[in-house]
Amino acid sequence: MNVIPLGAFELSLASLLVFLLAFLSYWHRLEIERPLLIAALRTVVQLSLIGLVLNVVFTTVNFYLVALIWSVMLTAAGWEVMSRQKVRVKGAGRFFIGTSSMMVSSFSIMVLTLTLVIKVDPWYSPRYAIPILGMLLGNTMNGVALAMNTFSGLAWSRWQVIEQRLALGETSVEAIDDIWRESVRTGLIPIINSMAAAGLVSLPGMMTGQILAGNTAGEAVRYQILIMFMISSGTGFGVILSLWLVRRKMFDARERLRLRESFYRIESAGSKK
Amino acid sequence: MKGLRLENLSFLERGPYTFTVESGQVLGLHGASGAGKTLLLRAIADLESHDGHLWLDQTACSELSGPQWRRRVAYLPAESLWWYDRVGQHFSAAPESVWLQQLGLAAEVMDWEVNRLSTGEKQRLAILRLLQNRPHALLLDEPTASLDQGSIGRVEEFILSYLRQNSAPAIWVSHDPVQLARVAARRMEILAGGEMREQA
Repeated sequence: MNVIPLGAFELSLASLLVFLLAFLSYWHRLEIERPLLIAALRTVVQLSLIGLVLNVVFTTVNFYLVALIWSVMLTAAGWEVMSRQKVRVKGAGRFFIGTSSMMVSSFSIMVLTLTLVIKVDPWYSPRYAIPILGMLLGNTMNGVALAMNTFSGLAWSRWQVIEQRLALGETSVEAIDDIWRESVRTGLIPIINSMAAAGLVSLPGMMTGQILAGNTAGEAVRYQILIMFMISSGTGFGVILSLWLVRRKMFDARERLRLRESFYRIESAGSKK
Repeated sequence: MKGLRLENLSFLERGPYTFTVESGQVLGLHGASGAGKTLLLRAIADLESHDGHLWLDQTACSELSGPQWRRRVAYLPAESLWWYDRVGQHFSAAPESVWLQQLGLAAEVMDWEVNRLSTGEKQRLAILRLLQNRPHALLLDEPTASLDQGSIGRVEEFILSYLRQNSAPAIWVSHDPVQLARVAARRMEILAGGEMREQA
């Protein structure tokens, strides 16, 4: 690798810009300087720590260590999905529906990619397995959170329509079909947009990183295309799976709506993102 | 045994209710607001979870899926909701033009936008929407509450003739004792505690 090395001096040069922005904020009483500096500090600390961890993990190819890191990533993603829901399933399902859908879709796609497409040896080589799951989970998480939030939120507000459709003899799947389709689409729009804009508006982060690190553009492009395909299918499967699971919780065996019994609403959620 | 039969039907700490509405018969139901008339209809339509048994003719509710039962034992809610833009989208096939005529609806009503409809038109269309499945029993929650005097008679006549032709049983909830005297051969009152009392 022939990337130009970055040292503490180069980074402190860049940090001057952040300090300048903080000073401007103070000068104009924007009151954003505190959160800005705290967030910048968190970036330094969190990324340095993960850098240390990855240094160790990348040098020791140990399946159990990799599996441990995967579980931490998955749990964090599952927690994030749950905390973005305004209308949540009661009980443990509020965490496990999102988490298990992401696990099934992201893990299986990761394993397929590592074993059949990239053919890494061993397939759990951390240098590939961890960043790939990270990219998959990061995108699947957004899609699943968005789709689940749309689905349960729309069902919560349109429950009377769902009930009338059931009263007319529609099945649970029919009665909630338009909400279901709208939610799947909502979950998939961000990734479809970023595929459509790739290369024209945005150079995806991974590709840019590879090019900066000295790989040929062709190699970087092929990896990025692979990643985009994996991310979009992973997001799609994760979204559909999670909405299947949520829909099952909405109706009982006699196909009666059980929204008020099985779900609850958080009044002040959604402040994140 | 023909008709709609309830045997020890209980739900949400109400009941047990045991009675039969025979084929072609209308059971008029009245009682104070909040006495549980709507709940009872919803339980019979299997929209509320319940204990006890329900039969329509020889078929038990438990032999059918929820949606199959609800297509046969059709529940008309007091307020009708519409979820598509146009009336016709809520119908799998256009209703017979005789039916539209009998209910005083324009022939081209299926092409209309839902938000153009008056409350009364919505209610009459909700009845047609319900009858699409050709139900074998009707559970009517205040079917004429939002109608003007002229339409009330028309809707009563329409529903009664459907029941006659299909020898279907019906439970008709109304606040108006005069209406129940017109349409129902048999009348019951739900008291505040949920207790039911047959009226002479």
